[in-house]
Amino acid sequence: MESTSRHFRQNVGTALADPNLQDSLTKLKVGFSERRRQAADRLPEFEALRDRARDIKNHTLANLDFYLEEFERKVVALGGHVHWAPTAADARRIIADLCKSAGARTVAKSKSMVAEEIALNEHLEDIGIEPIETDLGEYIIQLRREPPSHIIAPAVHLTKDQVADTFLEHHHRLGFTKRLTERNDLVAEARYVLRQKFVDADVGLTGANFLVAETGSSMLVTNEGNADLSNTLPRMHIVLASIEKVIPTLEDAAVLLRVLARSATGQESSAYTTLNTGPKRAGDLDGPEHYHVVLLDNGRSNVLGTEMQEILRCIRCGACMNHCPVYGAIGGHAYGWVYPGPLGAVLTPQLIGVEDAGNLPNASTFCGRCESVCPVRIPLPKLMRHWREREFERHLTPTPVRQGLALWSFVARRPRLYRRLAGLANRVLALFGRAEGRYRGLPFASGWTRFRDFPAPPTGGTFHAQWSRRRP
Amino acid sequence: MSDAPANARAQILDGIRRSLRRGDISGPARQAVDDRLARPPRGPTISRTALAPPEKVALFCHWAEANNATIARVAAADVASEVASFLVRSNLPAEVAMAPSPQLADYDWDGQKMLTIRRGRGEAGDQVSITGAFAAIAETGTLVMASGPEHPVTLNLLPDTHIVVLRERDIVGGYEDVWTLLRQRYGKDRMPRTVNTITGPSRTGDIEQAMELGAHGPRRMHIVVVQE
Repeated sequence: MESTSRHFRQNVGTALADPNLQDSLTKLKVGFSERRRQAADRLPEFEALRDRARDIKNHTLANLDFYLEEFERKVVALGGHVHWAPTAADARRIIADLCKSAGARTVAKSKSMVAEEIALNEHLEDIGIEPIETDLGEYIIQLRREPPSHIIAPAVHLTKDQVADTFLEHHHRLGFTKRLTERNDLVAEARYVLRQKFVDADVGLTGANFLVAETGSSMLVTNEGNADLSNTLPRMHIVLASIEKVIPTLEDAAVLLRVLARSATGQESSAYTTLNTGPKRAGDLDGPEHYHVVLLDNGRSNVLGTEMQEILRCIRCGACMNHCPVYGAIGGHAYGWVYPGPLGAVLTPQLIGVEDAGNLPNASTFCGRCESVCPVRIPLPKLMRHWREREFERHLTPTPVRQGLALWSFVARRPRLYRRLAGLANRVLALFGRAEGRYRGLPFASGWTRFRDFPAPPTGGTFHAQWSRRRP
Repeated sequence: MSDAPANARAQILDGIRRSLRRGDISGPARQAVDDRLARPPRGPTISRTALAPPEKVALFCHWAEANNATIARVAAADVASEVASFLVRSNLPAEVAMAPSPQLADYDWDGQKMLTIRRGRGEAGDQVSITGAFAAIAETGTLVMASGPEHPVTLNLLPDTHIVVLRERDIVGGYEDVWTLLRQRYGKDRMPRTVNTITGPSRTGDIEQAMELGAHGPRRMHIVVVQE
């Protein structure tokens, strides 16, 4: 997917002015986070599970080559194939070749952020193969030719009415000429339209939540059952997964599953959790004849051993964005690439470069809610701070910001000067009318006062002045 | 081994080792990871799963119903009549696709004259399917389906209504108990093609985060728990 992260500031302006988006985000802010809290409260072991989940991922990352080779060995032993893709272009080529070898005209796809990362749909269309998104949210945004705005709820930025308009526009030629107003009718119409597409598809392509090294299984977690139809009905099943998705054993999967659904949607368990291991067996009445796993690196192996390694623990639950005040104000599209929210603010500079995505780690209040809910305890604010430092070191920070920081650090290192200037600022602000306790407008601060009042400094001088008077 | 060019594989694996500042895992470190795979350590014990058998059944039913499945608890002799009665109660056709499993064949289907049974895989137009279950997990009210000639995966997914006949003895506490059963039944290195763990009917929250049932899989799930 083409990145617009470079235009983050413009994207934010657009998002804040979009009434439909703001309406949808209002619902998001209460929905997911409240359900997560209730689910966590219902399970006394939840915090212990988070610790173990973190440890499992750390252990796996420290032995990643071993577990990938073990996974490959098991897949091959049961008749599957493993393909190694160092780059996005490699993965696209491998998948295109597999689709051609199956004589594919259509590919039934189950939601995969890694597929978004490598811009797979555009590539398939270019070579004359039609990708069909089957997750309801992905299907809606595919019809609208939009990117996903959330990693687990790709159409969360849309209202029901927008979905109704989209379905009417695209299903009209299939004979659905009535504009629907009820959610369950919209779901039923999509189910009907997509059912035939599942039956006709030549290839099913899914992502993976986990790859289990012990058994050579790919593990998929969904609520709709679309991933299961994708991996059962077509002749070929292709799993596209990035290398850090591997975990050692089924016991580890049990721990991770217990924190995944609860962190993501607040469910005790998602409706479908499926292990796929190899192709159809002798005597099976259904299932694909060919089973392929494409392992994508795309820069991840370079993250190992660096201070950013902890981001590779991420299990893509979306809790960080569900709890982020910045995501809650601007939605996912403003981030400009596949992964929004705090996760995206850390991962996007890594994958597409800090030159293009340097603004994302700056879009944080550092409130720490993301870290406090992360099921694998990724210190997201700390990692964002790393990016800010790298951006500064590489002279990518805009000149006014650099000059402002230089000025501030000059003053902050000279305590007497700092106190004198603070005292001066205090007196100057008093001239603007402190009586109300706040200012509706201030020179040089319109960026702030356009949206909210600026608090007036307290009477009695600066904090330093008051402190030295009151100190016993 | 792999179909991909050997250099792509080496490029990724060598890249990982370079980043981790070590070579191939060997010696005691290798022994440690081999042991961890051979004897997988369990995670924190989930207190709600440590139950006597009757309480496991009750916990399973609680969570399955909380996830929009319906439950009937009957004796083995009444399984077929419960299924027929459920179809009538729910206004569903008396035509079902049934898993070709010997265990299901033992119930008294012949006693239900109105019922038309086709044994085989699921098809796109099927209204109702009947399957057994490899196991069930009390912790979350989850059914475990292992694929094979006796249990086609399509029966779990394509019909509008999925009826599951579950024996009480097959209800276990947590996920780890299912992994143990799978290893016993299929061997440690031979998982069936597909293991579906299913909690209630298909659902989606993709429109305005409101949960709607019947996205792609069954809209209804009825679990007949066979008392023993």
